[in-house]
Amino acid sequence: MGFRFSQTAIDTAEARRELQDPGSGGFVSFEGWVRDQNEGQEVTRLEYEAFQELAVKEGDRIVAEALRRFPAKHALCIHRVGSLGLSDMAVWVGVSSAHRGEAFDACRFIIDEVKHRVPIWKKEHYRSGNSGWVNCERCAAVPQHSHAEHRHRVALNPK
Amino acid sequence: MSISAIYGLVLAGGASKRMQRDKAALKYQGKTQLERAFELASRHAGKVFVSLRADQTSDPMRAQRPMIVDSVAGEGPIVGIRSALAAHPEAAWLVLACDLPFLSDIAIEGLLRRRDPSALATAYKSAHDGLPEPLCAIWEPAAARTLAEYQAAGGHCPRKFLIRHGAHLIDPLDPRALDNVNTPEEYSQAVAALETLSPMQLKIQYYALMREQAGRSEETLETSAATPADLYTELAARYGFTLSREQLKVAVNSEFSDWSRKLAANDAVVFIPPVAGG
Repeated sequence: MGFRFSQTAIDTAEARRELQDPGSGGFVSFEGWVRDQNEGQEVTRLEYEAFQELAVKEGDRIVAEALRRFPAKHALCIHRVGSLGLSDMAVWVGVSSAHRGEAFDACRFIIDEVKHRVPIWKKEHYRSGNSGWVNCERCAAVPQHSHAEHRHRVALNPK
Repeated sequence: MSISAIYGLVLAGGASKRMQRDKAALKYQGKTQLERAFELASRHAGKVFVSLRADQTSDPMRAQRPMIVDSVAGEGPIVGIRSALAAHPEAAWLVLACDLPFLSDIAIEGLLRRRDPSALATAYKSAHDGLPEPLCAIWEPAAARTLAEYQAAGGHCPRKFLIRHGAHLIDPLDPRALDNVNTPEEYSQAVAALETLSPMQLKIQYYALMREQAGRSEETLETSAATPADLYTELAARYGFTLSREQLKVAVNSEFSDWSRKLAANDAVVFIPPVAGG
């Protein structure tokens, strides 16, 4: 339950077992995978880095918030850190609940909030040999706009 | 063009007329200003020298450090700067006056980081009038000849020299850092102001882009920054962070914080660049 990091490939069978409950009639999961494209650049691999102490607190708060808003039974989010190749799983979210509706809603809520609230950073390495911290490098050229306003919802990768 | 190594020069040959006391010997925070300026320069320059007149070489305070005695005729700080350029023509000089008690490592780092070795000098703009501050500046080897010509033509003011010959000017980070102390009244005000600045230790951790730009993942530092906002201004000047504060969030002791929170000793601060999980 809650939020945690994994240094190695996420064990989805184990994660799913943690959410099993005789009172749950539905289970929804979301997997985020490393995609080979972002904003027109060919991605070859990426690295995730996190401020883990605060990230786990914020991730736990998001999961708790999801369970309050949508009365699901259990929810868990696992995020990778370290170096990932194409198609590797970057994040896994699972929700079990009495009925499917709140499981879908809570799962969607958790992944959306994690993407813009939890202190995790992604460095993409491109076919061109360049690399860059997603949402940081291009913003640096236009320092006027506010982090809070645009919420970095654009061009999220992986999907 | 190769870039010259930096030596430090602490100007201690002045007459201190308005102060009516030797400005280099005035004490702040328990140390003479000569000692403070020399230690500051030593943290940033390979070799540091005290600039003094020939009749000061027996002064015990000045004589205990490497010195460069005035070797050219004339008056004013230009004589000391020219003597240093003549003594070590290969070096560029971080020149510091002895009446700048508020100078900090941040100010020196800002100067070094934004140095333009192709100009005759790199200097701060005065926060008061926008004119160059010649006595907290980097003087390049190429300035030697132009300075000699300027002096031969009757010039003696280093500020006018820099205005005329186009120093590389940079904006000050802390408008007070270059306030100088010329009179007994200014001295007592500066002593009082420095008493109230109580530097404390903070722990800073860096992640992602911030880590790469700072060149480290954590550090413990002494600062008198009162809030995370002040601290970011200080560190952005030191490391040249490309993100503006508006793009960041900040955490203190592993919890999100306001930028205006009052920092306490041993707080752990993390600047959070735009996140990209998922």
